[in-house]
Amino acid sequence: MESVQKKGYIIHKLEAAGPAVPRPEKKQVEPFIQDEEALARRTKRVISFGRLTVALLIVLCWELFTRIGWMDAYYWSSPVRILTTTWTQITQGTLLEDIAYTSSSTILGFVGGTLIGSLLGLSFWWSRKFAGISEPFLILLNAMPKLALAPVLVILLGIGFFSKVALAFAMTVVVAALSAHSGVQSVDKDMEKLMYSLGAKRHQVFTKVVIPWAMPWMISSLRINIALSLAGAIVGEFIASSHGIGRMVIYAGTILDINLVWVGVVVLSVLSMVMYMGVVLLEKWLSKGYGMKKA
Amino acid sequence: MKTKIEIAGVSKWFRRDGQEIIAMQETNLSIEEGRFVSIIGPSGCGKSTLFNIIAGLMPPSTGRVLADGEDIIGKTGHVGYMLQKDMLLPWRTILDNIILGMEIRGVPRKEAVARAQPLMDRYGLKGFGGHYPAELSGGMRQRAALLRTLLYDRDIILLDEPFGALDAQTRLTMQNWLLEIWEDFRKTVLFVTHDIDEAIYLSDDIYVFSGRPGRIISKISVDMPRPRHMEDTVSASFMELKAHLLDLLSGKPSAHIS
Repeated sequence: MESVQKKGYIIHKLEAAGPAVPRPEKKQVEPFIQDEEALARRTKRVISFGRLTVALLIVLCWELFTRIGWMDAYYWSSPVRILTTTWTQITQGTLLEDIAYTSSSTILGFVGGTLIGSLLGLSFWWSRKFAGISEPFLILLNAMPKLALAPVLVILLGIGFFSKVALAFAMTVVVAALSAHSGVQSVDKDMEKLMYSLGAKRHQVFTKVVIPWAMPWMISSLRINIALSLAGAIVGEFIASSHGIGRMVIYAGTILDINLVWVGVVVLSVLSMVMYMGVVLLEKWLSKGYGMKKA
Repeated sequence: MKTKIEIAGVSKWFRRDGQEIIAMQETNLSIEEGRFVSIIGPSGCGKSTLFNIIAGLMPPSTGRVLADGEDIIGKTGHVGYMLQKDMLLPWRTILDNIILGMEIRGVPRKEAVARAQPLMDRYGLKGFGGHYPAELSGGMRQRAALLRTLLYDRDIILLDEPFGALDAQTRLTMQNWLLEIWEDFRKTVLFVTHDIDEAIYLSDDIYVFSGRPGRIISKISVDMPRPRHMEDTVSASFMELKAHLLDLLSGKPSAHIS
């Protein structure tokens, strides 16, 4: 094809034979192809390796410093002591039952608080008046330190299992309600209009648009709530209880068994982490199709 | 005329799911100094990839990129770059946004303001320096974004669909405004668009990209006299060229033979 001159424009002949300048040396070598996955894999490996190193370093330093006396082993205990104490607690004590006790009250409180709180938050969509009247009280409840209610709840519900569940529930219910409320407020009014124009009834708008729309907000409160729920359950056990990790820690503190206190702290940390990971899995499952970036 | 940008045998590959994907086939371009060059092509044809390579934000898989005879692969700061989104920082006033490039280069604020002020007055932003981006219309924000690019003071300016988000009326005003600035500063402009009218109206040269994976299928020089006027967009030769470009873009074989 030759260059064509037209009135007002020229169609150039394209040089198929290659560039005007000589091909760079690099051309003979393999072309540079960006391998995004290999890059991502390498980053991932470096992160995992870094995490492991930091974890090992902390444990090793802890052990070492308590042995050479830089840290007082009486107060700080040491990884080895904590492990041996944990083992005796599992084999001779009631550690496993305590774990089960604390985690079940936490989970019950979390599930109950999140469900009822979310329902409450969602219900604000039905009536602006109802929402307007309730809002200040919700904010008041949110501001109130629920843990200060612990003694009352224990006296009211007894020192048994349910006072702990109630406290975990109280810790989570308001956060869940507020989150769901924000979600409901964010619903696109045009979306509602569209639904009504399609002939939808209110309950259809509610189930088909409002609930799914508010879902990301409700999901985002889960991570905070699982930690709050555990804190509630533990404080409940601090006040008065015959089982649970919280009770074990308080008991160990009273008899100055610092190793046992550390066992409690470590077990609670692990428990909290496991439940957190459970929530992350739950989030992943719930937020399918929302295109949300998960950390 | 002097060659400003030379792109020789540049291509881009990715590896995804173990498969090699080609984003842009081997491309040769040579852009002469002071020309207004447009690149048109269907979406996903690698126009933005090419821009990222020229801007030094992404290394090519093969080939080389020269600006004034100097290798600029992987080197940023040789070209001014502007996107469809205005990318003005919402917490900075228009004036502070415009001098951002100079601020980053370490130009004292006083001097930067002294340079920005006359440009703002002259190119339709008079009295808006103290406003925040959110208070301005889309066209005004694009003006500010372009002035920011201009004040970055590079001979080469890459514009990636700068008027893509504007309505038709504003777009026309902005095209004339851009031509006015270009006549005044005589920078080398590389302009990506998928609006054929816009490409013909603005350009000296038009490169046409094929669909994915992109390659150049045609180079056309527009030698309609400047300054161009709105009437030119309905002239016979304008229409003829438009028809030709439409054929090229829709992949009609007749267009290749002509």
